Amino acid sequence: MARRVTRKGLRRAKVKLIEGALFLSALFSVLVTAGIVAVLFFETAEFFKEVPILDFLTDSQWTPLFADKHFGILSLFAGTFLTTAIAMAVALPIGLISAIYLSEYASLGVRSTIKPALEVLAAVPTVVYGYFALLFVTPLLQRLIPDLSGFNSLSPGIVMGIMIIPIVSSLSEDAMHAIPMSLREGALALGATRFQVATRVVLPGALSGVAASFILGISRAVGETMVVAIAAGQQPRLTLNPLVPIETVTAYIVQVSLGDTPTGTIEFKTIFAAGMSLFVVTFVLNIFSYLLKRRFREVYE
Amino acid sequence: MNKTARINRINRLYDRLFAAAGLLATLVGLAVLLVLLMDVLFDGASRLNYQFLTSYPSRKPEEAGILSAWVGTVWVMALTGLIAFPLGVAAATYLEEYGRKSRLNEFIEINIANLAGVPSIIYGLLGLELFVRLLGLQRSVLAGALTLTLVVLPVVIISTREALRAVPQSIREASYALGADKWQTVREQVIPAAMPGIMSGVILAMSRAIGESAPLITIGALTYIAFLPTSPISTEFPFISLKGLFEDFTVLPIQIFNWVSRPQKGFSENSAAGIIVLLAIALFMNGLAIFLRRRFAKRVRW
Repeated sequence: MARRVTRKGLRRAKVKLIEGALFLSALFSVLVTAGIVAVLFFETAEFFKEVPILDFLTDSQWTPLFADKHFGILSLFAGTFLTTAIAMAVALPIGLISAIYLSEYASLGVRSTIKPALEVLAAVPTVVYGYFALLFVTPLLQRLIPDLSGFNSLSPGIVMGIMIIPIVSSLSEDAMHAIPMSLREGALALGATRFQVATRVVLPGALSGVAASFILGISRAVGETMVVAIAAGQQPRLTLNPLVPIETVTAYIVQVSLGDTPTGTIEFKTIFAAGMSLFVVTFVLNIFSYLLKRRFREVYE
Repeated sequence: MNKTARINRINRLYDRLFAAAGLLATLVGLAVLLVLLMDVLFDGASRLNYQFLTSYPSRKPEEAGILSAWVGTVWVMALTGLIAFPLGVAAATYLEEYGRKSRLNEFIEINIANLAGVPSIIYGLLGLELFVRLLGLQRSVLAGALTLTLVVLPVVIISTREALRAVPQSIREASYALGADKWQTVREQVIPAAMPGIMSGVILAMSRAIGESAPLITIGALTYIAFLPTSPISTEFPFISLKGLFEDFTVLPIQIFNWVSRPQKGFSENSAAGIIVLLAIALFMNGLAIFLRRRFAKRVRW
């Protein structure tokens, strides 16, 4: 009897132990977030001991690697904004139209062939898109726009947009797919065309899901690194001109990492300050997208 | 009456126009992909030979190769898979099979969804501070693999959860009915049933990781490496060596990036040839994941 009790106890301990280990693995992800926040916060605090926050936010130049140092993050964010805006001008309309087509028009056969093919687009490494932007799209555009310099925000912006189409279209389509069939049938019974059903019934119903996919696309473009590091240049400047070389936040981090910048120097700290700004922006976008998606789910599922 | 007919006609015209526009928009991405593949093949196919695969990088483009790059990629990916797979599956198992609805668990879930959206270069900054500096791993294979593990972990967890969720409740109930406890049910029934789905997700995550260069550049992976990490198997005692884990490395996408950034035409040809190799691996893995998913969906019907 006593032996049976201890064996049962042993087994129970083992079960508890396993559950604990699994729990720790799940908790690990929280530690990762904490680690990111701690590292960025610590190094950024060090950075702000040397550079006033006001300069960081208002100075119009970013030249930490030069003798005359300026730390205006705006010129890096101008580059990020420009490439992101161009990418979204490509990805949002095309992604949305494609989502409506796949959800409302395409036959089952077309859908099941095209969807995996679109996934391949997402599997191409970003360094490949960078190569394509620099050595194919830019020369092509230069024939149309002679003023376009070899490094610019237009070409990587367009390529990034194409890269992001599958994200926008697949998530928007999921949202449209969740709209109950009865709503469509009601509209069709009243004599609406598929186009009218799509734009007046499905799209308004799926709006928060579609918006979530847009925001996720923006977040992806803001954080995209290799395409802009290769094809956009290394000249931070406060401009909205898509034809000249610029530098994005992410490309700057790559530029400094490639050089042998000793730890502890102000140049080294700048990449954490830049990273912190990037993290805050994408974090807000991601949370916003998550909340929109959850609201959408509450309505229809 | 006449007016209604006209409106109807216009509406139908819009409908058809949109159908055409929709098909066009859907095909834009694929058309670009095709152009990209042709461009890369056109530029790089002539450089792709045995010498290219077995040479170290060099200052002369015609002598340079991707030996250290692809060996580095194999090292880092193998290690990343070895760490991310058990960790990711364990976390997903907890959240899907054990986790009750509590504040903490909900927080963990939101946190993982958010981590999946963090730009990979941020993981590079974390890796630089944590693995390279605090743990003193320098810019080694191990530091690179740990950093990439953090990048792929959210994806592995999310796809594993989906695979676990697809296993019907009746399987679990049958197992309990036969007297199995929770862990036995999970280990003997649920995870094996979900395995193809889990593998498909893991392979997909790895096919993304293989093209990642930003986080590895950030932790300081070098672009010029003219040696290979020490082989893990040797002919002398004790036959197994972990020395390679602590040595410098480079990976294919970094080598490609390095060559793209140079103005000489010979180097851009080299980068195109490197891209062919990288794309072949990434697309093969992607295809394998899709194949596994499809076959699984067809064969097993709950």
